[in-house]
Amino acid sequence: MTRPTAGGAAPAPGTAPSALPSVPAQSGPRTPSPAPSRPAAPPPAPRRTAFAEGVDRLRAAAVTEPGRLRLVGALLAVLVVAFGAVTAWQTAERSAAAEDVLTRSQPLSSGAAAVYRSLADANTAASSAFLAGGEENEAAREGYEKGVRAAAEGLVAAAAASGSDPSATEPVTRLNRLLPEYKGLVERARTYNRQGYPVGGAYLRYADEKMQKEMLPAAEELYEKENRRLDADYADARAHPWAAIGLGLLALGALGWAQHREYRRTHRVLNRGLVTATAATAAVLLWLAAGQGLARAGLGDSYDHGIRSLNVLHDARIASLKARANENLTLVSRGAETTTVDGEPRDAYDHAFEQNMKALGTGLAEARRLADDEAGKRPVTAAEGDMAEWRRRHAAARAQDENGDYRRALDLVIGGKGATAECFDGVDASLATALAHETRQFREAADGGRKALSGLVAGAGVLAALGATGVLLGIGRRLSEYR
Amino acid sequence: MRVGRLRTGLRGWGGVGAMALVCALALLFALLLPALHRGADDLGAGPDGTARPGAQGSPARAGQECRDPEKQTLAPSGDDGPAVERIRSREGGKRRLVVGVDQNSYHWGYRDPNGGDAAPVGFDIDLVRRIAEDILGDRDAVQFKAIPTDQRVRAIQDGRVDMVVRTMTITCARLADVAFSAPYFRTGQQVLVPASSPVTGYDASLAGRRVCTASGSTAHATLERDRERGTLPPGVDFATTVPNQLDCLVRLQLGEVDAVVTDGALAAGQAAQDPTVRIKGDAFTTEFYGVAMRKDADDLVRRVNRVLVAYRGDTADGWQASYDRWLAPTLGRDASKSAPPDPQYLRTG
Repeated sequence: MTRPTAGGAAPAPGTAPSALPSVPAQSGPRTPSPAPSRPAAPPPAPRRTAFAEGVDRLRAAAVTEPGRLRLVGALLAVLVVAFGAVTAWQTAERSAAAEDVLTRSQPLSSGAAAVYRSLADANTAASSAFLAGGEENEAAREGYEKGVRAAAEGLVAAAAASGSDPSATEPVTRLNRLLPEYKGLVERARTYNRQGYPVGGAYLRYADEKMQKEMLPAAEELYEKENRRLDADYADARAHPWAAIGLGLLALGALGWAQHREYRRTHRVLNRGLVTATAATAAVLLWLAAGQGLARAGLGDSYDHGIRSLNVLHDARIASLKARANENLTLVSRGAETTTVDGEPRDAYDHAFEQNMKALGTGLAEARRLADDEAGKRPVTAAEGDMAEWRRRHAAARAQDENGDYRRALDLVIGGKGATAECFDGVDASLATALAHETRQFREAADGGRKALSGLVAGAGVLAALGATGVLLGIGRRLSEYR
Repeated sequence: MRVGRLRTGLRGWGGVGAMALVCALALLFALLLPALHRGADDLGAGPDGTARPGAQGSPARAGQECRDPEKQTLAPSGDDGPAVERIRSREGGKRRLVVGVDQNSYHWGYRDPNGGDAAPVGFDIDLVRRIAEDILGDRDAVQFKAIPTDQRVRAIQDGRVDMVVRTMTITCARLADVAFSAPYFRTGQQVLVPASSPVTGYDASLAGRRVCTASGSTAHATLERDRERGTLPPGVDFATTVPNQLDCLVRLQLGEVDAVVTDGALAAGQAAQDPTVRIKGDAFTTEFYGVAMRKDADDLVRRVNRVLVAYRGDTADGWQASYDRWLAPTLGRDASKSAPPDPQYLRTG
């Protein structure tokens, strides 16, 4: 791409004083003919700086019409080639950013959300297993193990992807250190639990504290960092290629001016070379505008219908997990922790449950608003139904607990049929479906955006070369008339 | 500032008014001084270290000396009053005695993870059921609320519970905020350390060690008092406080602290869960557990005291039976060291 620039630029100053200008000018783009003329220059006199010499030669050349023509031709060729090069470069950059959105930053953002969710999941399952007593139920244990496993895998992926960026590796390192600590505490809790010692519960509280105060904040930090990276990639991919557009307009203007000049001097309307160059430049400019417009639209679509929904759904899922953990902890702690709400003492965990359910409700309503098709709305509506049922059953369980029937309350929360566990599972499954759907939508839209730019890099190169050739041929034709 | 403003005001009133005011103030002081004096005595007079000088005790009890806090309770009686009526008037599923208990103190009040029923069990819980049986006629008519150590007084004051039966030491400071029954158990602070530790008890060997206590516990208050008095072994760091004494065992096992200070009765419960820790040295305080109730629930206090008399006298299914069942394995068959003294009812109103 850059070679014609050098070839096109060199002939003017390099060949101006020589007696055989037309031939190298015409063959400029294809052969390195200016090169031989350059070594020929040094011997005659001790040179001043190359630049000063060049300026002198230019000045000398600008006095005669052929000299001026050569200058104009060289400038036009340089403009057209520069336009092509900048277009190719800026397009490649945006295309790479779009590629990053699709294959790197969005998966990483989802991955970080998954790490957070897995950790919260493991903690929720651990508290359920504790409530179930020494004879752990299979599902709770499996849920706990799965959460820990998924978090560990997610951390490996996040560590591999964050590369050398220290701000992203730091929370990953912290989580990697805390996860085995957490698991150790839970294992001790389980062992003591099986032996019937209450110190098991103390270990579980300690593990929960570690999770709430250290691990989940670290996971949140990671999630926010990945989201910032996603936003940055989006911004890069959607940035307007002002440099290319400016150069394109400048090249078109210059071409128009050159043709007008020729018309004024020779009254010839069409110079085929210059017209070809104009057409090629205009084509690249249009292609760029259309491609970029389409890419922006596609990416914007993927953000509005994909990322925004995904963020809302991730948040809703995390809220439902937290609500579930709080519901369990209300029973684990039996009113041990209180908080003051409007001057009234309230169970701290039950209050946190209400807050998280509220967040879940708002999140689901927002997700339903953002969902743009039936397939996206359906799971959200299902989750809303489950959530309403969850609230009803939770109120019943609380009433039992308030009446002092702890056993019944426990059954209503972690028991089988009719327990709030069913509703939570329903909400979680529906949200998983909705997340999968929105991820698919995001991929389609973002992929469309990315494809809109494909071919433009090569196309801009070929068309710019064609344009530059046109310029040189067109000007060369005029020059030949001076012989 | 207020004094300054007062003075400025006085100047405006002139000499006569000021003199009248001074006379009035002198009279007021003369009348109040004895009362204030008694109040000050009361705060400082912890005979066996159970009172905390400068603690949050209000001088409202002025006129009553706080000596032997375990004797500051009302004579037993079965007469119903507003507090008992309030409990009895609850309807349906709510007709229960609401009691603040512990679910983490092994053999005192804890949830047996392998027990079929999720209700807590232990020595304290047996007493709770006995009280419920007396008031409501049903030993299962209890709603248990787990309360962290430093929430016990507040839970009673807020009315969240009718009473707290949770290894709660009767102290002068607490008497300012709640009413206690007669004592039902005798214990004292002890030191718990890993078996291999060179610590020999609450003495110089504890110097430079990290000590864990439950926040709001008598153990923590005792360490604070000894630091103020300068009798604490040098360099003892007891900054680690946890919501529950059992959380101290977790910190000890994880090596985050070197020793635990707690009631001997609870330390025995911790040692029972981990054979690698030992109680070192004798108890360095004498304390009594009591049932805590609202300060104004006189009829309830009298009623609980009556239950306690019967409970101690009941050899078949009373105090001794509960001791044998829960505490004999860790505290020894001989209950004489743990048995409370014969109750005295020095509080009159």
